[in-house]
Amino acid sequence: MKTAVVLLPGLNRDRDMIAALTKISGTAPATVWQTDTEIPDVDLIAIPGGFSFGDYLRCGAIAARSPVMRAVAEKAAKGVMVVGVCNGFQILVEAGLLPGALMRNASLKFVCREVKLQVANANTAFTRGYQPNQIIRCPVAHHDGNYFADADTLARIEGEGRVVFRYAEDTNPNGSINDIAGIINDKGNVLGLMPHPENLIEAAHGGNDGRALFEGALGIAA
Amino acid sequence: MIKARVTVTLKNGVLDPQGKAIEHALGGLGFDGVGQVRQGKVFDIELDGTDKAKAENELKAMCDKLLANTVIENYSVSFV
Repeated sequence: MKTAVVLLPGLNRDRDMIAALTKISGTAPATVWQTDTEIPDVDLIAIPGGFSFGDYLRCGAIAARSPVMRAVAEKAAKGVMVVGVCNGFQILVEAGLLPGALMRNASLKFVCREVKLQVANANTAFTRGYQPNQIIRCPVAHHDGNYFADADTLARIEGEGRVVFRYAEDTNPNGSINDIAGIINDKGNVLGLMPHPENLIEAAHGGNDGRALFEGALGIAA
Repeated sequence: MIKARVTVTLKNGVLDPQGKAIEHALGGLGFDGVGQVRQGKVFDIELDGTDKAKAENELKAMCDKLLANTVIENYSVSFV
């Protein structure tokens, strides 16, 4: 299975994502730089976490307008799987590939801890390796993960089962509306989430709860 | 040359934790009677030419495409 990782100035979780995808897919991902206008043929494109362009203007705002994101949007329109983690999620909403916005944490504090996630929709390509409503562990590390959408948008994504992950067991770290931690697009091939599943994929990480997400996206049986 | 000022503010109903923190801090400094505080952004932009109508259209397009996130923010354009 082929993968690609988007590289942007200011990201800092790119090596974690590359390591995770290499271990899970068996092949090192292709890397594409912010100025690249073409992305090779791959099964999954990952946008890692970090602080692209220093979070200037709004988190992910500048990155979302970079040439490589136009290429990501073209691939997404063709049905290629795309996952954005943390800053990657912020970039996907700023690019309009996912609805809503990610605002400053309600606590105003940067949060770096482990949370519990409920798999709110196990019927997606990304989550088919989990049981419905399964509770998994996952680390978070962000300052702007407070998901917001207007009432109509919220009702629509909730009604369509597009909330894929929710913070569970009172671990919502950011004030996100409806405890939303991750959402998917209407076609089901673009997922964004604030937590870092790539940081929980093997015993050395202290658990592998995040692994099934990538295996699902790549169609690898666990 | 045209000098413009773009003001971006959060829409009503969107929670503003930073504005809230500023509100509390002002109270803590002894400023009584401070109501709600909402934080926003200001951009001063210089544009070539003298046609303000054209500039206004262009500035609005800049807001829609980059300066504001219209999911959560409103914007206004003025000339200085």
